[in-house]
Amino acid sequence: MRLDERYINGLMIAGLLALPLWALVADQPFTITLMTRAVILALAAVGLNIVLGIGGMVSFGHAAFFGIGGYAMGILAYHAQTYTALDLGAFTTEGTKFMPVIWLVAMITSGLAASFIGLLSLRTSGVYFIMITLAFGQMFFYFAISWAQYGGEDGLSIYVRNDFPGLNTLMPIQFYGICFALLCLVLALFARLQASPFGLALNATRQAAVRVETVGLNPMRLKLLAFVLSGAITGLAGALFADLNRFVSPTMFSWQLSGELIVLIVIGGVGRLMGPVIGACVYVALEHFLGEITDFWHVYLGVILLCIVLFGRGGLIGLLTGKEGAHV
Amino acid sequence: MSSILIIEQILNGLQFGVMLFLMAAGLTLIFGVMGLINLAHGSLYMVGAFAAAAVAGATGSFLLALVAALAAAALAGAIVEMVVIRRLYKAPHLDQVLATFALILIFSEGTRWVFGSFPLFLDIPDALSGPVTLPGGIEYPLYRLTLIGIGLAVAVGLWALIERTRLGIRIRAGENDREMIAALGVDISKLYTLVFALGAALAGLAGALVGAIQSVQVGMGEPVLILAFVVIVIGGIGSVRGAFIGALLVGLTDTLGGVFLPELFKLFMDNGAAQKTGSALASMGIYVLMGLVLIWRPTGLFGARA
Repeated sequence: MRLDERYINGLMIAGLLALPLWALVADQPFTITLMTRAVILALAAVGLNIVLGIGGMVSFGHAAFFGIGGYAMGILAYHAQTYTALDLGAFTTEGTKFMPVIWLVAMITSGLAASFIGLLSLRTSGVYFIMITLAFGQMFFYFAISWAQYGGEDGLSIYVRNDFPGLNTLMPIQFYGICFALLCLVLALFARLQASPFGLALNATRQAAVRVETVGLNPMRLKLLAFVLSGAITGLAGALFADLNRFVSPTMFSWQLSGELIVLIVIGGVGRLMGPVIGACVYVALEHFLGEITDFWHVYLGVILLCIVLFGRGGLIGLLTGKEGAHV
Repeated sequence: MSSILIIEQILNGLQFGVMLFLMAAGLTLIFGVMGLINLAHGSLYMVGAFAAAAVAGATGSFLLALVAALAAAALAGAIVEMVVIRRLYKAPHLDQVLATFALILIFSEGTRWVFGSFPLFLDIPDALSGPVTLPGGIEYPLYRLTLIGIGLAVAVGLWALIERTRLGIRIRAGENDREMIAALGVDISKLYTLVFALGAALAGLAGALVGAIQSVQVGMGEPVLILAFVVIVIGGIGSVRGAFIGALLVGLTDTLGGVFLPELFKLFMDNGAAQKTGSALASMGIYVLMGLVLIWRPTGLFGARA
């Protein structure tokens, strides 16, 4: 079977539109919630795919940005729901329950964190980079655990989902719509980026950094920019994820989550536009259906993953299109 | 804050450090010789702890438990190397990360399947329980002191093995030029299995030893694994000496930071706030240390290559 990647992409988008509508008609709100989870995880993984897929940087610490996005939402909404002032030194605010502002704050803070982590860890490459990003992720994890003001280990509960003008976000289908629209926006950005001079240069950095330098570009600057953009997108996903669960806790920073984000991309296909989306849908489906059969579904996930790594190069998209690499 | 407390905390830091060294030594050897990043190293630590707890529960002998931990971890390591890891030596780092991440999932959930979710307990042997009085009148748990002794002994043994034996020559040769030693007639795949099993046995030993002061449970390996990563990043990946220095630095920073940072902040903050800020910063201390080392030397203290 040899399918064109564009057909697969189109089918995926159509499925993500049609299935929730079916679930709405069939009165299956839980299916919509599951799909919202898949779409948000996909969004986080699309962010990671910029550095991992295009730039070839294996970041094992993207949970840091996911968590920062989550806590940005948690802290702003917590102050808004308890009517307490949030003292930021230069000025105080009362927090907010307004989604666009929360998203913006989540993206800026996680982008800032990404520039800090990136500046330090991009000095290295290969295995060092993997371990250092992992270690920075853990740093945020332990910080969140000891941050007693915002719940420490127990996390923060937000009682009512935040608002978006003109929509009732408490209805699963409307919140799904928001997440889906954001995913489409970011996918469009990813596609544009991949074809842009910046994306091409980044891609070239992955393949031959020395050549990129010889033609007068600065690989470090390219990588750092990609890292910051990637962190900001993953942070946005974190804010949405927190809104989906109406709960943030240090587990959003856990290293397992960083690993899972990489897994999503690899299941679908590294560097592919829709790789993370397919990966996230498969992952959430596996989690749901295998989780119903056995409590130990991670064993099966592990075996599936091993098989993908050892035998199935190119992920599901690679399998369907018959092309191993995304960059052929 | 008395000097006795300070010495006690330094000993605690040393004990933590040498146990980290047992983990980090295996990781760094495996990377140095085979060029493999092994996330499942923490699972081998867990395998050692569970084997020790099971055997100690059945026989009541701590010594047998340690032997079982070494054997089980080495066996698990050898099997994993022959079935999975062997195929990954030439693979990109991403594949190595994923495959060993998959191994963690299989090991962790498999252990939960067999032993259940409740933690097991491994008792400190009678002969080693209780405190001992050190010169200067310091009372310190004998078992922790023994751990420091075992850790230092392993470090010396490992140094002798690498610098003074035929196997050590092969290991060092494997780090430098694997084609050449294969051409000289060394069975390289057997050497790789051996090195992997050696690293696994060290991790299993650490798991069993630490299992007696903490509880033995699923997922106990991963926090240690990540600390061991910090250790070898600081020390320089591939360098056993670096792993030793790095492990002591991390052990001391973590332990002393947790005690002294809150005290430090109490000098210019009120008690509650100082406790909070101090412990928050202490939990990040080793990562700050790692960041500083990286700014100074991007390949670690004793690292040769990136």
